[in-house]
Order: sequence, then C-alpha cells, then structure tokens
Amino acid sequence: METYYKPEDLPKFPEMGQQAPGLSEKFFDYYNAVFAEGALTEREKSLIALAVAHAVQCPYCIDAFTRGCLEKGSNLEEMTEAVHVVTAIRGGASLVHGVQMRNIAEKLSM
Amino acid sequence: MNGDALQEIRPTERTPEPFQQTLLRHGLNLERGKTTILQVNVGLLCNQTCHHCHLNAGSGRTENMDSETADAVIAYAGRSCFDAIDITGGAPELNLNTFKLMEGLSPLTQKIMFRSNLTALDDGKRDDLMDLLREKRVHIVASLPSINEAQADAQRGEGIFRRSIAVLRRLNDMGYGQVESGLVLDLVCNPAGAFLPAPQEQLSKRFREVLMKKWGIVFNNLFAFANVPLGRFRNWLEGTGNLESYLERLVSNFNACAIEKLMCRTQVSVSWDGYLYDCDFNIAKGLHMGKEKIHVSEMEGPPPSGSPIAVGDHCYTCTAGTGFT
Repeated sequence: METYYKPEDLPKFPEMGQQAPGLSEKFFDYYNAVFAEGALTEREKSLIALAVAHAVQCPYCIDAFTRGCLEKGSNLEEMTEAVHVVTAIRGGASLVHGVQMRNIAEKLSM
Repeated sequence: MNGDALQEIRPTERTPEPFQQTLLRHGLNLERGKTTILQVNVGLLCNQTCHHCHLNAGSGRTENMDSETADAVIAYAGRSCFDAIDITGGAPELNLNTFKLMEGLSPLTQKIMFRSNLTALDDGKRDDLMDLLREKRVHIVASLPSINEAQADAQRGEGIFRRSIAVLRRLNDMGYGQVESGLVLDLVCNPAGAFLPAPQEQLSKRFREVLMKKWGIVFNNLFAFANVPLGRFRNWLEGTGNLESYLERLVSNFNACAIEKLMCRTQVSVSWDGYLYDCDFNIAKGLHMGKEKIHVSEMEGPPPSGSPIAVGDHCYTCTAGTGFT
C-alpha cells in the first residue's frame, strides 16, 4: 500500500453505510443539518470545520473543507487565521497542563 | 504486486458524459424560448489578461467590431424589439464603436447593459464614456471576483483590486448603485480558482456588508457564476492539473432544473464579426447559433421559439448547481 490516505477514497465515504444503513442515514442527516445555514452561516461553519480538521489532522476533512471554504466565499487569509485559532487552542491546551506539572513538581520538590 | 499491476488498478482518466447525452438521459430538450435579449460582443481587445477569461481576451487581440458591423447590429435591433441589449467584450470601453452602438441601440430597447472590468472604464481617458453611460441610464455590470485583494488580484492581475474599488466608489459618486437614482450597478463574481462559486444570496449579503464597511460602496445586485473551462481558464486548469477534477465537479453538480432558465434560451449573442451564437461561451468555442453560420445582417428578427441550441461539454458550467442565467 503506497499510503493509507488516498484522495480517491474521499467520495467513498457514503459506502460506510453499506453494512449499517440505518446508522449511516442518521449520521448523514445530522451532518447535513449541522452544516445548513442557521444562526451561523454556512461559510462560518465551514471555517470552523476546516480548523477542527487540522486539530484532528484528518486529510480527508482538510481536502473537503478547503474546497468547501473556497466555495462558500472564504479566502486564504481567513482560512489561515482559522487554522491559527485551532493551533492556538491546541498549543494552549498543552501549555496550560504545565500548571499541573508545576503543581506536582512543587509538591515533590524541596 | 509489481508496477504494472499497480498501474492497472489506478483510476484511468475519465471523460465526462457528453452534455447532449446527459440531456437525453434526463429526458430534456434544450431549445429556444422567446428571445428577448441581444448580447453584443464588441471584441477581444482588453486591458487585462484575467486567468479565468474564456475568450483569451487581452491587449494584443485585434478581433474587434468595426463600424459597418456595428451598423448591422443596430439595424438588427431595430427590426427585432429586444427587451434588453447587453454590450460585452473584451473590454467594450476600448472599442470606439461602442459609442455608436450605445447611441444607436438605446432608443431601440428598454435596457442597455454594459459589462465592464472597471479598470478600463476609468483609465483617465473615458470621461466621455462615463457621461454617456449616465446620460443613457445604462445598466453597468461590473466584474469583482472577491472582496479579498489577494484573491481578486490572483485572478485579474496585480493592483486590479484597488483600482476596481476606486472605480466603484466613483460610480457610486455618480449615483450608480444608489437606490434612489435608478442608475443600476450590478456586480459579477467568478471564483478565483478551480472551484464553484458560493451560493449567490450568501455571497451577495457578504459583499454588501464588507464593501460598505471597508469602502462605503453600494451596489444593486450580485451575480455569482462559475468559470467556464474554455480559453485562458482552460489553459490554466490544464497547466495546474485541475482540469479533470474541475470538469468532474461541474458534471456532478448537473441540475436538470436549471435548464429552463438558461440564458441561451432567451438570448442571442452576436460576435465582433457579426455572426450569431447562442451564448458568449459558444463564441469562444466557435459553435454558431443552432450550428449554422448566420450573419446578423441576414436575420429578419429574433431567432424563433423552438430553435435548436448548439451545446458542448462547456455547457455543464451553466447547469451546475443553481445554474447560469
């Protein structure tokens, strides 16, 4: 196998419904409802999805939502900022655990 | 598994189903309704060389409508009673016969539309044209692909965005886009890349908010259209390895419901040399109206309802999603 991730696999996503059609239908109905225009615009939701795709490091999602963001009218500047937002949260989440490290170290140290 | 075996299981390049076949499969027949709009392409000369141009328009192009053909177009409009006449190019600002066309055509129709790339309209030499547009209450249809400078310049050329914004502000100062003036300024937005446009309503709302907030610009309507894979845009798609996936994107978004409202059903296009086509994209493709080479001077009136429309695979652009009307 050349790679675990192949771009041509992305359109096969609906095939996940073949052995569990009921669950799949529920998932995709929910998925489509989530991304429909609501209190947030479709464009804003795509930007959130793009950022989260980077946090969960899903190449399929990055591919789909990069195109999705462009097709909802976002530009590279906005998309880059969205990735920085999630990067800040990820980095911050690591860094803030340093407080625990400090607490434990203080307790153990003279 | 050896290399040859791997080659066998790789997907082969797919060519899309011919557009005509897709129509047949859906039980559709694309033919003219009542033709109410005349589109006049005055030529391929342009001051810009936009990456998405389906006509390969640019500064070196010499295919431009001459005075005799402009007269023939005016005479045709005189015997046809079109509701609207749409002047396009290239950059129609650069053809001197545009003045003659506007003077001659404006008494013959309720609405004249003028397609502008904005920068050609305000290059320091067009004050008389600006005055004529306002005097004739010509409806301006201006290209603005994005509210993002980098995206707009990537499609249209460096510095074009800022110049376009300056011209939009000048048009607003003249009354264009101001509701109470009746001077209509519409925007046309084509994506800056190998992707489909955002939904028109959402894009319009965002353009309206951002253009007002950042530059105090107003406009009447915004139209979002997909880029047609012809001319310079097709070359760009090929050169960047995007052609196949873009065509697939258009084909997979085929919307049978878009057929009824396609512009080719109600519009006839005349090219710079006076020959007739079903749309401006067919000019780029060299597909004459109903596949017959007919000069505007030979036409007695609008093409009749029920006339056939010449189609090609580029027609998938106009049927993708909500369509190109």
